[in-house]
Amino acid sequence: MSFDNAYESLVEGHEEKHWAFGTGFTHALSGVDRAISSTVDRDDLAAYCLMLGDDALVYAQRLAEWCAKAPELEEDVALANIALDLLGQARMLLSRAGEIQGTDEDALAYLRDSSEFRNVHLAEIDCGPGPGGDFATTMARLLVFSAWRLALLHRLTGSADPVLAAVAAKGVKELTYHRDHAAQWVLRLAGGTDYSRERMVAGLAVVWPHLDELFTAHPIEHRLAEAGVAVDPAELRSEVDSVLDTVLGAAGLTRPDVASVPGGGRGGVHTEAMAPLLAEMQVVARALPGGVW
Amino acid sequence: MSARQVAEQVLDPELPVLTLADLGVLREVSEVGDRVVVTITPTYSGCPALDEMRSDLHEKLTEAGYRDVEIRTVLHPAWTTDWISDDGLRKLTEHGIAPPSRIGPRAVGPIPLTLEPPKRRVSCPHCGSARTTELSRFGSTACKALRRCEDCREPFEQIKEI
Repeated sequence: MSFDNAYESLVEGHEEKHWAFGTGFTHALSGVDRAISSTVDRDDLAAYCLMLGDDALVYAQRLAEWCAKAPELEEDVALANIALDLLGQARMLLSRAGEIQGTDEDALAYLRDSSEFRNVHLAEIDCGPGPGGDFATTMARLLVFSAWRLALLHRLTGSADPVLAAVAAKGVKELTYHRDHAAQWVLRLAGGTDYSRERMVAGLAVVWPHLDELFTAHPIEHRLAEAGVAVDPAELRSEVDSVLDTVLGAAGLTRPDVASVPGGGRGGVHTEAMAPLLAEMQVVARALPGGVW
Repeated sequence: MSARQVAEQVLDPELPVLTLADLGVLREVSEVGDRVVVTITPTYSGCPALDEMRSDLHEKLTEAGYRDVEIRTVLHPAWTTDWISDDGLRKLTEHGIAPPSRIGPRAVGPIPLTLEPPKRRVSCPHCGSARTTELSRFGSTACKALRRCEDCREPFEQIKEI
Protein backbone atom coordinates (compact mmCIF):
# COMPACT_ATOMS: atom_id res chain seq x y z
CA MET A 1 0.00 0.00 0.00
CA SER A 2 1.53 3.34 -0.91
CA PHE A 3 0.23 6.83 -0.44
CA ASP A 4 1.14 10.26 -1.71
CA ASN A 5 1.08 11.60 1.80
CA ALA A 6 0.82 10.24 5.33
CA TYR A 7 -2.76 11.37 5.79
CA GLU A 8 -4.11 9.36 2.88
CA SER A 9 -3.76 6.19 4.88
CA LEU A 10 -6.51 7.55 7.13
CA VAL A 11 -9.22 6.89 4.57
CA GLU A 12 -7.86 3.55 3.40
CA GLY A 13 -9.59 0.62 5.08
CA HIS A 14 -10.88 1.01 8.61
CA GLU A 15 -9.75 -2.34 9.94
CA GLU A 16 -6.77 -1.25 11.92
CA LYS A 17 -6.15 1.80 14.02
CA HIS A 18 -3.89 4.44 12.55
CA TRP A 19 -1.13 6.42 14.13
CA ALA A 20 -2.90 9.75 13.89
CA PHE A 21 -4.72 11.67 16.57
CA GLY A 22 -8.12 10.77 17.88
CA THR A 23 -7.96 7.05 17.21
CA GLY A 24 -11.18 5.39 18.23
CA PHE A 25 -12.41 8.06 20.63
CA THR A 26 -15.56 7.17 22.46
CA HIS A 27 -18.18 9.74 23.38
CA ALA A 28 -16.55 12.17 25.81
CA LEU A 29 -19.46 11.69 28.21
CA SER A 30 -19.72 7.95 27.70
CA GLY A 31 -21.42 6.31 30.64
CA VAL A 32 -22.42 9.63 32.22
CA ASP A 33 -26.09 10.16 33.07
CA ARG A 34 -27.05 12.77 30.48
CA ALA A 35 -30.77 13.12 31.13
CA ILE A 36 -32.07 16.67 30.58
CA SER A 37 -34.68 18.07 32.90
CA SER A 38 -38.01 18.70 31.15
CA THR A 39 -37.96 22.25 32.45
CA VAL A 40 -34.80 23.09 30.49
CA ASP A 41 -35.02 24.31 26.88
CA ARG A 42 -32.95 21.76 24.94
CA ASP A 43 -31.95 24.12 22.11
CA ASP A 44 -30.82 26.77 24.55
CA LEU A 45 -28.85 24.21 26.53
CA ALA A 46 -27.10 22.98 23.37
CA ALA A 47 -26.29 26.56 22.34
CA TYR A 48 -24.90 27.33 25.79
CA CYS A 49 -22.73 24.20 25.79
CA LEU A 50 -21.38 25.34 22.41
CA MET A 51 -20.52 28.78 23.78
CA LEU A 52 -18.51 27.43 26.70
CA GLY A 53 -17.14 24.53 24.64
CA ASP A 54 -16.02 26.80 21.79
CA ASP A 55 -14.24 29.15 24.22
CA ALA A 56 -12.22 26.18 25.44
CA LEU A 57 -11.65 24.55 22.04
CA VAL A 58 -10.55 27.67 20.21
CA TYR A 59 -8.32 28.81 23.06
CA ALA A 60 -6.78 25.33 23.36
CA GLN A 61 -5.87 25.58 19.67
CA ARG A 62 -4.19 28.95 20.29
CA LEU A 63 -2.24 27.60 23.26
CA ALA A 64 -1.11 24.53 21.33
CA GLU A 65 0.45 26.82 18.72
CA TRP A 66 3.11 27.66 21.30
CA CYS A 67 4.24 24.09 21.71
CA ALA A 68 7.98 23.92 20.83
CA LYS A 69 8.03 27.72 20.43
CA ALA A 70 7.79 28.94 24.04
CA PRO A 71 10.80 30.64 25.69
CA GLU A 72 11.70 27.49 27.62
CA LEU A 73 10.92 23.79 27.48
CA GLU A 74 8.97 23.87 30.75
CA GLU A 75 6.70 26.49 29.20
CA ASP A 76 6.04 24.33 26.12
CA VAL A 77 4.90 21.63 28.52
CA ALA A 78 2.88 24.04 30.67
CA LEU A 79 0.94 25.61 27.79
CA ALA A 80 0.29 22.21 26.20
CA ASN A 81 -1.00 20.90 29.55
CA ILE A 82 -3.32 23.89 29.96
CA ALA A 83 -4.53 23.35 26.39
CA LEU A 84 -5.19 19.68 27.17
CA ASP A 85 -7.33 20.55 30.20
CA LEU A 86 -9.35 22.98 28.09
CA LEU A 87 -9.66 20.50 25.25
CA GLY A 88 -11.06 17.97 27.72
CA GLN A 89 -13.63 20.51 28.89
CA ALA A 90 -14.43 21.32 25.25
CA ARG A 91 -14.95 17.65 24.34
CA MET A 92 -17.48 17.15 27.12
CA LEU A 93 -19.37 20.35 26.28
CA LEU A 94 -19.35 19.80 22.51
CA SER A 95 -20.43 16.18 22.97
CA ARG A 96 -23.38 17.34 25.02
CA ALA A 97 -24.31 20.00 22.45
CA GLY A 98 -23.85 17.49 19.65
CA GLU A 99 -26.04 14.89 21.25
CA ILE A 100 -28.90 17.37 21.59
CA GLN A 101 -28.42 18.68 18.04
CA GLY A 102 -28.08 15.24 16.48
CA THR A 103 -24.42 15.54 15.56
CA ASP A 104 -21.11 14.83 17.35
CA GLU A 105 -18.06 16.57 18.79
CA ASP A 106 -15.89 15.92 15.72
CA ALA A 107 -18.41 17.38 13.28
CA LEU A 108 -18.84 20.39 15.55
CA ALA A 109 -15.11 20.97 15.88
CA TYR A 110 -14.06 20.26 12.30
CA LEU A 111 -16.97 21.02 10.03
CA ARG A 112 -18.40 24.31 11.24
CA ASP A 113 -17.48 27.62 9.63
CA SER A 114 -16.40 30.70 11.52
CA SER A 115 -19.91 32.18 11.78
CA GLU A 116 -21.15 29.01 13.50
CA PHE A 117 -18.61 29.25 16.33
CA ARG A 118 -19.82 30.89 19.53
CA ASN A 119 -16.57 31.66 21.36
CA VAL A 120 -15.63 35.08 22.73
CA HIS A 121 -13.02 37.07 20.78
CA LEU A 122 -10.49 36.83 23.59
CA ALA A 123 -10.13 33.11 22.83
CA GLU A 124 -9.39 33.61 19.13
CA ILE A 125 -7.16 36.69 18.81
CA ASP A 126 -3.65 35.93 17.61
CA CYS A 127 -1.07 36.59 20.36
CA GLY A 128 1.62 34.55 18.66
CA PRO A 129 3.90 32.69 18.40
CA GLY A 130 3.59 33.83 14.76
CA PRO A 131 4.29 37.29 13.35
CA GLY A 132 3.27 40.07 15.70
CA GLY A 133 2.82 37.59 18.51
CA ASP A 134 4.37 37.88 21.91
CA PHE A 135 4.82 35.70 24.99
CA ALA A 136 3.88 38.53 27.39
CA THR A 137 0.66 39.12 25.46
CA THR A 138 0.01 35.39 25.66
CA MET A 139 0.36 35.52 29.45
CA ALA A 140 -1.89 38.60 29.64
CA ARG A 141 -4.55 36.69 27.70
CA LEU A 142 -4.11 33.58 29.86
CA LEU A 143 -4.55 35.68 33.00
CA VAL A 144 -7.74 37.37 31.80
CA PHE A 145 -9.22 34.24 30.22
CA SER A 146 -8.55 31.95 33.16
CA ALA A 147 -9.66 34.51 35.78
CA TRP A 148 -12.93 34.93 33.86
CA ARG A 149 -13.54 31.26 33.11
CA LEU A 150 -12.68 30.26 36.68
CA ALA A 151 -15.22 32.73 38.07
CA LEU A 152 -17.77 31.48 35.53
CA LEU A 153 -17.24 27.76 36.17
CA HIS A 154 -17.12 28.32 39.92
CA ARG A 155 -20.66 29.71 39.79
CA LEU A 156 -21.75 27.10 37.27
CA THR A 157 -21.05 24.34 39.81
CA GLY A 158 -24.48 25.31 41.18
CA SER A 159 -26.20 24.81 37.79
CA ALA A 160 -29.58 23.10 37.66
CA ASP A 161 -28.13 20.92 34.88
CA PRO A 162 -26.12 18.17 36.60
CA VAL A 163 -23.76 17.59 33.65
CA LEU A 164 -22.86 21.30 33.39
CA ALA A 165 -22.39 21.43 37.16
CA ALA A 166 -20.07 18.41 37.13
CA VAL A 167 -18.04 19.59 34.11
CA ALA A 168 -17.69 22.96 35.86
CA ALA A 169 -16.56 21.41 39.15
CA LYS A 170 -13.73 19.55 37.42
CA GLY A 171 -12.85 22.65 35.43
CA VAL A 172 -12.58 24.79 38.56
CA LYS A 173 -9.68 22.69 39.85
CA GLU A 174 -7.89 23.03 36.52
CA LEU A 175 -8.54 26.74 35.96
CA THR A 176 -7.24 27.48 39.46
CA TYR A 177 -3.70 26.53 38.52
CA HIS A 178 -3.98 28.00 35.01
CA ARG A 179 -4.78 31.36 36.60
CA ASP A 180 -1.94 31.01 39.11
CA HIS A 181 0.49 30.17 36.33
CA ALA A 182 -0.47 33.29 34.36
CA ALA A 183 -0.42 35.53 37.46
CA GLN A 184 3.07 34.32 38.37
CA TRP A 185 4.35 35.06 34.85
CA VAL A 186 2.81 38.55 34.88
CA LEU A 187 4.68 39.25 38.14
CA ARG A 188 7.89 37.79 36.77
CA LEU A 189 7.79 39.79 33.55
CA ALA A 190 6.69 43.02 35.24
CA GLY A 191 9.39 42.63 37.88
CA GLY A 192 12.15 41.65 35.45
CA THR A 193 14.00 44.13 33.26
CA ASP A 194 12.69 47.41 31.88
CA TYR A 195 12.31 45.61 28.57
CA SER A 196 10.27 42.68 29.93
CA ARG A 197 8.11 45.14 31.84
CA GLU A 198 7.44 47.17 28.69
CA ARG A 199 6.43 44.01 26.86
CA MET A 200 4.06 43.06 29.71
CA VAL A 201 2.45 46.50 29.67
CA ALA A 202 2.06 46.30 25.89
CA GLY A 203 0.61 42.78 26.15
CA LEU A 204 -2.07 43.86 28.61
CA ALA A 205 -3.04 46.68 26.25
CA VAL A 206 -3.59 44.15 23.46
CA VAL A 207 -6.02 41.94 25.37
CA TRP A 208 -7.81 44.59 27.45
CA PRO A 209 -10.10 45.88 24.65
CA HIS A 210 -11.70 42.40 24.61
CA LEU A 211 -12.62 42.47 28.30
CA ASP A 212 -16.10 43.98 28.01
CA GLU A 213 -17.36 41.21 25.73
CA LEU A 214 -16.70 38.67 28.48
CA PHE A 215 -19.35 40.26 30.68
CA THR A 216 -22.00 40.85 28.01
CA ALA A 217 -24.82 38.33 28.17
CA HIS A 218 -26.27 36.81 25.01
CA PRO A 219 -30.09 36.40 25.16
CA ILE A 220 -29.62 32.62 25.53
CA GLU A 221 -27.35 33.13 28.54
CA HIS A 222 -29.97 35.45 30.00
CA ARG A 223 -32.79 32.95 29.57
CA LEU A 224 -30.80 30.02 30.92
CA ALA A 225 -29.49 32.07 33.84
CA GLU A 226 -33.07 32.81 34.81
CA ALA A 227 -33.78 29.08 34.72
CA GLY A 228 -30.79 28.47 37.04
CA VAL A 229 -28.90 26.57 34.35
CA ALA A 230 -26.39 29.17 33.16
CA VAL A 231 -24.42 32.00 34.71
CA ASP A 232 -25.15 35.58 33.72
CA PRO A 233 -21.64 36.80 32.80
CA ALA A 234 -22.45 40.34 33.93
CA GLU A 235 -22.44 39.02 37.50
CA LEU A 236 -18.79 37.97 37.17
CA ARG A 237 -17.40 41.43 36.58
CA SER A 238 -16.61 42.53 40.12
CA GLU A 239 -14.98 39.24 41.06
CA VAL A 240 -12.83 39.15 37.92
CA ASP A 241 -11.93 42.84 38.26
CA SER A 242 -10.79 42.26 41.80
CA VAL A 243 -8.57 39.31 40.81
CA LEU A 244 -7.04 41.30 37.95
CA ASP A 245 -6.48 44.32 40.18
CA THR A 246 -4.78 42.11 42.78
CA VAL A 247 -2.37 40.72 40.20
CA LEU A 248 -1.70 44.09 38.58
CA GLY A 249 -1.23 45.68 42.01
CA ALA A 250 1.29 43.03 43.06
CA ALA A 251 3.11 43.55 39.75
CA GLY A 252 3.14 47.34 40.21
CA LEU A 253 1.09 47.78 37.03
CA THR A 254 -2.11 49.65 36.31
CA ARG A 255 -5.04 48.84 34.07
CA PRO A 256 -4.34 49.77 30.46
CA ASP A 257 -6.13 52.91 29.37
CA VAL A 258 -7.53 51.55 26.12
CA ALA A 259 -10.94 51.67 24.49
CA SER A 260 -13.13 48.61 24.23
CA VAL A 261 -13.69 46.96 20.85
CA PRO A 262 -17.03 45.47 19.75
CA GLY A 263 -17.57 41.81 20.63
CA GLY A 264 -20.15 39.55 19.09
CA GLY A 265 -18.50 36.13 19.29
CA ARG A 266 -21.52 34.64 21.09
CA GLY A 267 -23.60 35.60 18.04
CA GLY A 268 -21.14 34.15 15.52
CA VAL A 269 -19.38 37.41 14.61
CA HIS A 270 -15.63 36.91 14.73
CA THR A 271 -12.37 38.77 14.18
CA GLU A 272 -10.19 38.30 11.13
CA ALA A 273 -7.97 35.99 13.20
CA MET A 274 -10.65 33.29 13.33
CA ALA A 275 -10.59 32.01 9.74
CA PRO A 276 -6.85 31.19 9.64
CA LEU A 277 -7.16 29.50 13.05
CA LEU A 278 -9.97 27.27 11.82
CA ALA A 279 -8.18 26.59 8.53
CA GLU A 280 -5.29 25.07 10.46
CA MET A 281 -7.41 23.25 13.03
CA GLN A 282 -9.76 21.73 10.46
CA VAL A 283 -7.48 21.09 7.47
CA VAL A 284 -7.02 17.33 7.83
CA ALA A 285 -10.66 16.58 8.59
CA ARG A 286 -11.81 18.70 5.65
CA ALA A 287 -9.20 17.44 3.20
CA LEU A 288 -10.15 13.83 3.88
CA PRO A 289 -13.90 13.73 4.46
CA GLY A 290 -14.95 10.54 6.18
CA GLY A 291 -11.38 9.73 7.23
CA VAL A 292 -11.25 7.72 10.42
CA TRP A 293 -8.37 8.14 12.79
CA MET B 1 -12.48 -13.88 41.94
CA SER B 2 -15.29 -11.41 42.45
CA ALA B 3 -15.80 -8.69 39.84
CA ARG B 4 -14.65 -6.16 42.42
CA GLN B 5 -11.36 -8.00 42.93
CA VAL B 6 -10.78 -8.21 39.17
CA ALA B 7 -11.54 -4.50 38.66
CA GLU B 8 -9.39 -3.46 41.60
CA GLN B 9 -6.35 -5.13 40.08
CA VAL B 10 -6.51 -3.29 36.76
CA LEU B 11 -3.49 -1.00 36.45
CA ASP B 12 -3.52 2.67 35.58
CA PRO B 13 -2.29 2.99 31.96
CA GLU B 14 -0.11 6.02 32.67
CA LEU B 15 1.09 5.15 36.18
CA PRO B 16 1.23 1.35 35.96
CA VAL B 17 2.60 1.11 39.50
CA LEU B 18 -0.88 1.96 40.75
CA THR B 19 -4.10 0.05 40.36
CA LEU B 20 -7.25 1.95 39.44
CA ALA B 21 -8.35 1.32 43.04
CA ASP B 22 -5.10 2.83 44.43
CA LEU B 23 -5.59 5.89 42.23
CA GLY B 24 -9.13 6.36 43.52
CA VAL B 25 -10.76 6.48 40.08
CA LEU B 26 -12.63 3.21 40.61
CA ARG B 27 -15.79 4.39 42.32
CA GLU B 28 -18.11 1.40 42.36
CA VAL B 29 -18.40 -2.20 41.23
CA SER B 30 -21.77 -3.90 41.34
CA GLU B 31 -22.42 -7.46 40.33
CA VAL B 32 -25.77 -9.08 39.71
CA GLY B 33 -25.41 -12.59 38.34
CA ASP B 34 -23.32 -12.34 35.17
CA ARG B 35 -23.84 -8.61 34.86
CA VAL B 36 -21.19 -6.22 36.15
CA VAL B 37 -21.45 -2.44 36.29
CA VAL B 38 -18.19 -0.61 36.99
CA THR B 39 -18.19 3.11 37.68
CA ILE B 40 -15.03 5.17 37.16
CA THR B 41 -14.24 8.88 37.30
CA PRO B 42 -11.66 10.82 35.25
CA THR B 43 -8.72 12.47 37.00
CA TYR B 44 -8.55 15.53 34.70
CA SER B 45 -11.04 16.74 32.06
CA GLY B 46 -8.58 16.02 29.29
CA CYS B 47 -7.11 12.81 30.69
CA PRO B 48 -6.48 10.67 27.58
CA ALA B 49 -6.12 7.55 29.74
CA LEU B 50 -9.84 7.27 30.47
CA ASP B 51 -10.59 5.35 27.26
CA GLU B 52 -7.73 2.97 28.04
CA MET B 53 -9.03 2.41 31.55
CA ARG B 54 -12.45 1.64 30.18
CA SER B 55 -11.20 -0.90 27.67
CA ASP B 56 -8.75 -2.49 30.16
CA LEU B 57 -11.56 -2.97 32.67
CA HIS B 58 -13.78 -4.45 30.00
CA GLU B 59 -11.06 -6.82 28.83
CA LYS B 60 -10.04 -8.09 32.29
CA LEU B 61 -13.62 -8.65 33.39
CA THR B 62 -14.46 -10.47 30.16
CA GLU B 63 -11.36 -12.64 30.60
CA ALA B 64 -12.54 -13.44 34.12
CA GLY B 65 -15.76 -14.81 32.65
CA TYR B 66 -18.16 -11.90 33.02
CA ARG B 67 -20.28 -11.74 29.87
CA ASP B 68 -22.19 -8.56 30.45
CA VAL B 69 -19.92 -5.69 31.46
CA GLU B 70 -20.88 -2.05 31.51
CA ILE B 71 -18.42 0.73 32.33
CA ARG B 72 -20.04 3.94 33.54
CA THR B 73 -18.40 7.30 34.15
CA VAL B 74 -19.27 9.73 36.89
CA LEU B 75 -18.03 13.31 36.86
CA HIS B 76 -19.36 14.25 40.26
CA PRO B 77 -17.87 14.52 42.80
CA ALA B 78 -14.67 15.54 40.98
CA TRP B 79 -11.59 13.39 41.56
CA THR B 80 -9.07 14.64 44.08
CA THR B 81 -5.59 13.37 44.88
CA ASP B 82 -6.93 12.77 48.40
CA TRP B 83 -8.57 9.66 46.95
CA ILE B 84 -5.21 8.02 46.23
CA SER B 85 -4.93 5.26 48.84
CA ASP B 86 -2.18 5.16 51.49
CA ASP B 87 -0.90 2.09 49.68
CA GLY B 88 -0.88 4.11 46.46
CA LEU B 89 1.16 6.91 48.06
CA ARG B 90 3.72 4.37 49.27
CA LYS B 91 3.98 2.69 45.84
CA LEU B 92 4.51 6.07 44.13
CA THR B 93 7.45 6.90 46.43
CA GLU B 94 8.95 3.46 45.87
CA HIS B 95 8.87 4.10 42.13
CA GLY B 96 10.53 7.49 42.27
CA ILE B 97 7.42 9.67 42.05
CA ALA B 98 6.77 12.00 44.99
CA PRO B 99 3.22 11.54 46.25
CA PRO B 100 0.78 14.42 46.75
CA SER B 101 0.12 15.82 50.23
CA ARG B 102 -3.35 15.40 51.65
CA ILE B 103 -5.26 18.64 51.07
CA GLY B 104 -8.69 18.09 52.62
CA PRO B 105 -11.87 19.75 51.43
CA ARG B 106 -11.52 23.24 49.99
CA ALA B 107 -12.92 26.10 52.03
CA VAL B 108 -16.06 27.68 50.59
CA GLY B 109 -15.92 31.17 49.08
CA PRO B 110 -13.81 32.69 46.30
CA ILE B 111 -10.87 30.62 45.12
CA PRO B 112 -7.66 32.18 46.45
CA LEU B 113 -5.04 33.41 44.02
CA THR B 114 -1.50 32.09 44.54
CA LEU B 115 1.05 34.67 43.47
CA GLU B 116 4.16 32.68 44.25
CA PRO B 117 4.84 28.97 43.92
CA PRO B 118 3.67 27.36 47.17
CA LYS B 119 6.47 26.41 49.55
CA ARG B 120 5.38 22.82 50.04
CA ARG B 121 7.64 20.37 51.78
CA VAL B 122 8.12 17.60 49.27
CA SER B 123 10.75 14.98 50.02
CA CYS B 124 13.00 13.63 47.30
CA PRO B 125 11.82 10.10 46.44
CA HIS B 126 15.44 9.11 45.65
CA CYS B 127 17.45 10.28 48.68
CA GLY B 128 14.75 11.45 51.09
CA SER B 129 16.07 15.01 51.37
CA ALA B 130 13.49 17.66 52.16
CA ARG B 131 15.47 20.29 50.21
CA THR B 132 13.64 20.16 46.91
CA THR B 133 12.36 22.87 44.59
CA GLU B 134 9.62 23.03 42.03
CA LEU B 135 10.85 23.46 38.46
CA SER B 136 7.40 23.55 36.91
CA ARG B 137 3.80 22.98 37.92
CA PHE B 138 3.44 21.00 34.71
CA GLY B 139 5.03 17.72 33.73
CA SER B 140 4.80 14.78 31.37
CA THR B 141 1.14 14.15 32.22
CA ALA B 142 -1.65 16.42 33.44
CA CYS B 143 -1.34 15.14 37.01
CA LYS B 144 2.38 15.72 37.54
CA ALA B 145 4.66 18.60 38.50
CA LEU B 146 8.42 18.62 37.96
CA ARG B 147 10.83 19.09 40.89
CA ARG B 148 14.54 18.82 41.63
CA CYS B 149 16.39 17.69 44.71
CA GLU B 150 18.98 20.21 45.95
CA ASP B 151 21.03 17.47 47.63
CA CYS B 152 21.24 14.57 45.19
CA ARG B 153 20.50 16.94 42.27
CA GLU B 154 18.16 14.45 40.63
CA PRO B 155 15.02 15.76 38.96
CA PHE B 156 11.82 13.93 39.85
CA GLU B 157 8.11 14.08 39.27
CA GLN B 158 5.43 14.73 41.84
CA ILE B 159 1.71 14.09 41.64
CA LYS B 160 0.36 17.60 42.19
CA GLU B 161 -2.45 18.14 44.64
CA ILE B 162 -5.89 18.87 43.22
